[in-house]
Amino acid sequence: MRKFVNPSRRAVLIALLLGPIAGACLAYGARAAQAPNEVVIDNFTFGPHDLTVPAGTTVKWVNHDDIPHTVIASDKSFRSKALDTDDSYSFTFTGPGTFSYFCGLHPQMTGTIIVK
Amino acid sequence: MAKTAADDQIKGVGRRDVLECMVWAGTGVLWTVSGGVPHSIGLIGEAAAAEAVSGFTFLQMSDSHIGFDKAANPDALGTLREAVAKVKAMPVKPSFIIHTGDITHLSRPAEFDNADKVFGETGLQVHWVPGEHDIIDEDRGKAYLDRYGKGAKGAGWYSYDDHGVHFIGLVNVVDLKAGGLGNLGAEQLAWLEADLKGRSNSTPIVVFSHIPLYVLYREWGWGTDDGQRALDLLKRFGSVTVLNGHIHQLAQKVEGKMTFHTALSTAFPQPAPGSAPSPGPMLVPADQLRSKLGLSTVTVMQGNKPLAIIDKTLAG
Repeated sequence: MRKFVNPSRRAVLIALLLGPIAGACLAYGARAAQAPNEVVIDNFTFGPHDLTVPAGTTVKWVNHDDIPHTVIASDKSFRSKALDTDDSYSFTFTGPGTFSYFCGLHPQMTGTIIVK
Repeated sequence: MAKTAADDQIKGVGRRDVLECMVWAGTGVLWTVSGGVPHSIGLIGEAAAAEAVSGFTFLQMSDSHIGFDKAANPDALGTLREAVAKVKAMPVKPSFIIHTGDITHLSRPAEFDNADKVFGETGLQVHWVPGEHDIIDEDRGKAYLDRYGKGAKGAGWYSYDDHGVHFIGLVNVVDLKAGGLGNLGAEQLAWLEADLKGRSNSTPIVVFSHIPLYVLYREWGWGTDDGQRALDLLKRFGSVTVLNGHIHQLAQKVEGKMTFHTALSTAFPQPAPGSAPSPGPMLVPADQLRSKLGLSTVTVMQGNKPLAIIDKTLAG
């Protein structure tokens, strides 16, 4: 049913077919560098996976995918609304601890905020 | 393209045990249930139509993602309209539609309204189950249940009977756990066990949910953690057809008397497992998009014959 295409050949093919769009994407990728207390969502991944911050820090999550994601603490201490493309969510960590979180839509996406 | 994985599995297996599935780039899957086992019967309007008149036919549509407007398809409502136009043009009117979730992209009222309006043009009853995109309103699923949950239990699961087939709609997108997959939960599994109790093993079963019930690709979350428990409850039945969406591409598997089928989206394609950095929307050249979108038709034949499934794309 499906033909498996060599990924590099596919990439070349896509590059050929989507030259203008790929160019636009590259320009898009050249946005402002990631802020120190920021977690970005790209390709269904929280980055960085582990972020260490001092107590009192406000951490901001930004979704760069064109699919919505959420940020939900495993202990339910924080929970974002659905974040559409380029939407963000912020939460202030007042005390020390290790806070694991995940995406409620794609729970294979996980991350940890370590508050010192 | 016409030769499918299911064709390869047919060798040495009786027709009754096998799901044959012909795939076209475009609109959907035509399922024929003959004696409870699905098999494909050919192009809609050709062989399908001839065979379907003696059975009963329903459609599977999925992943409409109304509200999606990104590069992979700036007009998801437009491609749904194209799919519905194909439904309206079918020579054999299907009995109903099963929608396997992600009706909307962001659970917004206007998205649900637009979907209802376009599906309403078919004049067919739609049996829905939610996808994870349908329960991301502020009240986490209230918008879906207010619209589609009448008579359903819990997060929206239910069953019904039609033409001697027992249909079960399951919800596996609620209360997902960190690091996990889709989830049915103890309450729904207990309901399923009770729902099946007392039913004859010869009753053909069609079970549908958004995320595949078996683990198709764990790395991308394409499976259900406790899906096997549901499948274990269904094992004693002579014919079980499992319909899902979520992965925006065709996938079929036959295991004993169980046939698994995931339908195309009408909105945008997703990459084959592991073939891209993420399962996000797959950008294809605009003139190829419609060959990656579609719907499925299932025909249930009376008597001891298999179900037939036809996938048809919007390009066809």
